[in-house]
Amino acid sequence: MATYTLDINNIKHEVDVSEGTSLLWVLREHLGLTGTKYGCGIAQCGSCTIHVDDTPMKACILQVDTVAEGQKIKTIEGLSDDGDHPVQKAWIEAQAPQCGYCQSGQIMQAVALLKENPNPTREEIKTYMNGILCRCGTYLRILEAIELAAGAKIPTN
Amino acid sequence: MSITSKRIDRRQFLKSSSGVALFIGVSGILPQLISCKEPKKLAEQLEKHRLTAWVQLTEAGELTIYNPAAEMGQGSMTSLPLIFAEEMDADWSKVKVEFSPQEAEIYGGEGWRPGSKLMFTVGSRTTNSYYSTMRKAGAQARYVLLTAAADHWDVPLSELSATNGQVVHQKTNREIGYGALVPFLKMPETLPDFAEDQLKNPKDFRLIGKEIARTEIPAKVDGTAQFACDIRLPEMVYGVLERGNLHGAKPDLTNEEEILAMDGVLKIVPFDYAIGVIAKTLEQALDAKKQLRIDWSKSQASGYNSQQIYAEYQKIADRRQKGEVTVEIGDVGNALRSASKTYMIDFKNDYVYHAQMEPLNAVVQVAEDLQSAEVWVGSQQGPDTKLGVPGLLGILPEKVTVHLQYLGGGFGRRSMNDFVEECAVLAMEMAPRPVKLIWTRKDDITYGTFRPLSLQRLQATVDATANITGLSHCVVGDGGNLVASGARNDHYDIPNQLVEWREATHGIRLKHWRSVGHGPNKFAIECLLDEVAMDQKIDPVDLRRKLMAKSPKALATLEKAAELSDWNGPVKEGRAKGVAFVEHGSLGTGVCEISVDRNSGKIKVHNFWIALDAGVIVQPDNVKAQMEGGIIMGMSSVLKEQITIEDGRVQQSNFDTYQLLRMQDIPDRIETALIASYDHPEGVGETATPMVAGAIANAFLRLTGKRLRHLPFTPERVLEVLNS
Ligand code: FES
Ligand code: FES
Repeated sequence: MATYTLDINNIKHEVDVSEGTSLLWVLREHLGLTGTKYGCGIAQCGSCTIHVDDTPMKACILQVDTVAEGQKIKTIEGLSDDGDHPVQKAWIEAQAPQCGYCQSGQIMQAVALLKENPNPTREEIKTYMNGILCRCGTYLRILEAIELAAGAKIPTN
Repeated sequence: MSITSKRIDRRQFLKSSSGVALFIGVSGILPQLISCKEPKKLAEQLEKHRLTAWVQLTEAGELTIYNPAAEMGQGSMTSLPLIFAEEMDADWSKVKVEFSPQEAEIYGGEGWRPGSKLMFTVGSRTTNSYYSTMRKAGAQARYVLLTAAADHWDVPLSELSATNGQVVHQKTNREIGYGALVPFLKMPETLPDFAEDQLKNPKDFRLIGKEIARTEIPAKVDGTAQFACDIRLPEMVYGVLERGNLHGAKPDLTNEEEILAMDGVLKIVPFDYAIGVIAKTLEQALDAKKQLRIDWSKSQASGYNSQQIYAEYQKIADRRQKGEVTVEIGDVGNALRSASKTYMIDFKNDYVYHAQMEPLNAVVQVAEDLQSAEVWVGSQQGPDTKLGVPGLLGILPEKVTVHLQYLGGGFGRRSMNDFVEECAVLAMEMAPRPVKLIWTRKDDITYGTFRPLSLQRLQATVDATANITGLSHCVVGDGGNLVASGARNDHYDIPNQLVEWREATHGIRLKHWRSVGHGPNKFAIECLLDEVAMDQKIDPVDLRRKLMAKSPKALATLEKAAELSDWNGPVKEGRAKGVAFVEHGSLGTGVCEISVDRNSGKIKVHNFWIALDAGVIVQPDNVKAQMEGGIIMGMSSVLKEQITIEDGRVQQSNFDTYQLLRMQDIPDRIETALIASYDHPEGVGETATPMVAGAIANAFLRLTGKRLRHLPFTPERVLEVLNS
């Protein structure tokens, strides 16, 4: 066991866990930041996507000790105060989620995309979002939401 | 519009009702209106009556409507309360939605048996089975309010109307809000039972059929939507099980002491088929699970190799002796004897896995005296709304409280509550500490319950004028209805039909998987039709048009889909369109447009057009979302997904080896036309998925002249077919 200090959503959190513990378990089970989800544990589904220093990362394969040196971690809970980040608003507008389980990861990935590339093409969106699975099949609405958020309402086809 | 998934029980109900609790009884129970200022009386009433409490009203006019169905993405958290609010003439902007308690006698919809009640979110039945219940309950709520207003103003009831949360007396130009009526509420002498024709004319709907945003979506974009795996309770500990990958094998743990000595490990709990470990933290439980050394016995599945079994299945299909006949119309034997031509094709379907994005999990807390329990779970519920816990713990059903949470996908997997029972066993061991049970993705796959592997042998007969006179449909596989359902043709006018199921069993765990037997069986039927069409040089839509002549509703979906997809119009170079029809409560025709990369064998779906008749559509946009999701899940299973078994062992273990469709493979467009109808609503969640295999294979046949007859159509299989 060791004590780690994590900077999450601009708040410092101390946790006592063993070295090598997955950041995902720290967020969800130790700190109660349960908006970030577990889907596979091997960086295949993207449900656990968060930002570390503004870069989207899969929390399930990050060990706690590698993100406890002042890195700024952002989770869905820290994206906006009232769920009103432009990407979240676009998500509501497009009525994107179904079961909702994958959506925190989708949104975190989309926010990072638009920061890097404010006007992505359809193909760029698909490539950037390809690592985040949605079993309910909401991909077309996610695409639409990202286009809405980018302010580029590209007609289909 | 807001929503909470906060649990409600009767005690909380008492505390939280600030004005008056308005209980509206259905099934002949009178409504009970009791001021909360007399909590004792309310408590007495609650004790005395089995109340159906669908709605709560405050003096401020705020309404809470209870949703009795699981919410797994299909939209029940909006559709059912919306139906209620429609008949109640409620102001939707003042409505909050909560899950109802899991009490089937109060909140159950129509059960399988007449007169029985059930809380079971399966078979796309939610809207279909609750539509009348919710309408009637809503109308009764409205009636109570109207009679209160009539008394208050001393005017005849017949002079009153209601709209958007207001009672109106037009003669005197008076209006009063529902909330303002709270002080005057009384129980009417009698409560009309409201037959269908006393309810609103669907033409007058203000909420049903309109674009209404889903109530729970805001919580699903800010991370606050609560799934069972998100529950954290004081003193909670973590349980995991190692179940191996040979279904039915029995474990023998050989390093128990070593495991018990590990950090944080609290207990080892042996199951017949698994070894359970409970630890203080999840990571400790998972660490210990990895270290378990288990000798597994052989099982029924030992020696079974799924990809080699088809030869045996073909032999079973060859037998003269029929299996269990599930449909028999006319005389197929006669049609065979008198046919001018017969077509026979075998279709094969590998196992597929649910892959709901939230792996199974539950939280259970058993009281210290072992006489009561609380369960937090994402379940599609079941014939027993207490999910098997009372029997398992030997306690009374009323001593088990189930707190239903959002489901991170169901697709049929969560209508079996094995994971709840596991968690209850662990929680009993740890009582009174709550236990969170987590299935890893690997657990979820290797100990999954699959859509069975199956073989369909279809024979069609045609007469001299190319009419299809007979269809014989033989299904070989494990699981009865899991493989044999969905083979009926109620909308194709084929005078002689036979469906029979021949059993084969391997000891592999099986389960309903979105659309169940419809997936493999519609694939087979729709491909067979196109085979006939191609050979007889008939256009596939024309062929179906003729078959649907006696089913105008089905035909209308075909015509609409043909129109939407510009079926007869020009096709881009290297592309082709394929059509398939599905009835699954609702009726739908789908047309897809594909191309094939002849080097890699990869099929690309460019477009999907669907025309759907589902009766009254409660939430049009949500129905479209269900079509989109159903097509994507269908494409995923048809193009990629495959569970294989070697020597009884499941070979896949995570999303690296069990691939799902990703964003790069989605079509450019999925377009749905909803056919206007005032008929009773039919389920929509499982109508799109089974269209996909047939539509793709049919497009492939038109594009390449080659036949895809084995699901999934992986690039390797496609190449093999192209090179054959
Ligand atoms: S849980 Fe991290 S990628 Fe799947
Ligand atoms: S919304 Fe259910 S997995 Fe994406």
